[in-house]
Amino acid sequence: MKLREIAHSRTGDKGNTSNISVIAYRSEHYPLLLAQVTAERVRAHFAGVVEGEVVRYELPDIAALNFVMGQTLGGGVTRSLALDAHGKSLSSALLDLDIQDTLGS
Amino acid sequence: MRTIRIGSGAGYSGDRIEPAIELAEKGDIQYLVFECLGERTVALAQQARMKNPDLGYDPLLEERMRAVLPLCASKGIKIVTNMGAAHPEAAARKTAEIARSLGLSRLRIAAIVGDDVLGACKAGDFPIMEFDGTIKQLGNRLLSANAYLGAGPMAEALSAGADVVITGRASDPALFLAPMIHAFGWAMDDWNLLGKGTVAGHLLECAGQITGGYFADPGFKDVPDLARLGFPIGEVGEDGSLVVTKVAGSGGAVTAQTCKEQLLYEVHDPARYLQPDVVADFSHVTIEEIAPDRVRISGGQGTKRTGTLKVSVGYLDSFIGEGQISYAGPGALARGRLALEIVRERLKLTGVAASELRFDLIGVDSLHGPQVSAHEVSAEANEPYEVRVRVTGRTESLREAVRIGNEVETLYTNGPAGGGGAWKSARDVVAVASVLLPRELAAPIVRFVET
Repeated sequence: MKLREIAHSRTGDKGNTSNISVIAYRSEHYPLLLAQVTAERVRAHFAGVVEGEVVRYELPDIAALNFVMGQTLGGGVTRSLALDAHGKSLSSALLDLDIQDTLGS
Repeated sequence: MRTIRIGSGAGYSGDRIEPAIELAEKGDIQYLVFECLGERTVALAQQARMKNPDLGYDPLLEERMRAVLPLCASKGIKIVTNMGAAHPEAAARKTAEIARSLGLSRLRIAAIVGDDVLGACKAGDFPIMEFDGTIKQLGNRLLSANAYLGAGPMAEALSAGADVVITGRASDPALFLAPMIHAFGWAMDDWNLLGKGTVAGHLLECAGQITGGYFADPGFKDVPDLARLGFPIGEVGEDGSLVVTKVAGSGGAVTAQTCKEQLLYEVHDPARYLQPDVVADFSHVTIEEIAPDRVRISGGQGTKRTGTLKVSVGYLDSFIGEGQISYAGPGALARGRLALEIVRERLKLTGVAASELRFDLIGVDSLHGPQVSAHEVSAEANEPYEVRVRVTGRTESLREAVRIGNEVETLYTNGPAGGGGAWKSARDVVAVASVLLPRELAAPIVRFVET
């Protein structure tokens, strides 16, 4: 299944850094996110967009992950050449990630 | 326990105005906050102020104030806003003039002055956080330097009796924290309370983004009546407890999901959300729906503030030139790609000096409407009916930037078949970088303007 089936997401921007939240609709799916939505996978998914590091923060109390992606916004929101300079549409792109319906990754 | 209700009347400078009127009319609020100052807006406003010393504040200030001042004055609702941009005093004088013209003669309007730290930044020649270099190295491209002030001066203005508080650059959550500090007498070193207040301010500062805006995804996350989206109200207790809600009957929804998305919006390390007044900790926040459109937020914490303030530095970065043109029907994609190849080669051949270039293809049904655009155009089902070519590039001069759009436009007569709707632009780019300033180098003060 797609990540979109079990989680929702929002993108925020600061300078040249983008952050994407991935929030489980149901807390029982949080372990799936933890096991399968890794910083490495997110970085690979956005190859060609993310040029810096991807750091993952875990928020078990709200069954959410927060990905902070460096050097992602074309040199910064205020100077980017991109149509979506803020990267606001990145959250929807991340929800296309494939998720296995088991805890094995 | 004492509780205040704070309405969030704008999430950015161009935001809708009716939801703020609705909050003042029906929200049963004591404070109405307008967050209108984007990252680079101060730099642009500084340019406006250099051209006209009476300007430099938010261009929509008059429209917003005229819309809400009479209601707020009659109900005793205090207004807090960063619409002062690069010139809070001029904004306060303008607001006083508007109040007089509306027959509101007893309003007390305060400007918070002192976020402009250009002098201190130049003297200290601080390193820039985003790239290698210092303030001095920006030379005459440097336009502005404004420190993100905390809630202290705004709370002080409220306690001195201000009905309207107008600041320039301040941290967005601080606009909301100020009424809490004023109303509850929170100590400026009660880190946990300041952390809880920051959670509330952070959730409310983008207005419609917590009531169902920037959220809907049909079939997965449906939101009713987005055209009449209601803006949020925070019910804050003196112990820092928080319920987020909105005006009954307004559009949108406040749910655990909308609150979770907004909690992490523009956050990096959730355990260390750096603010001028506190380092807030969002990592143990819990979120619970207690009734329709009522969500309780708990668990915010805080630790001691840092010794520095973040300063937003505006500078003239570069120029951007852009051109677009569209192709439709069978082979649209191939012709779009050919067009991009041609422009790429032309920019080389004619020696356009661009430090960075970008080549995009856009499109669904902009040329011929949904019916014609639904025609099957290719045996390969994934081929789009139309594509729009977009070429952008960064240059060191406006003249070079203009040449990029020109090369796209010449595709009309020199490029692939059936190119239509060409468009071009060239503009200067005022960008923003950051430095950290020792906090004692910013000395904000409150100035009252009488109506």
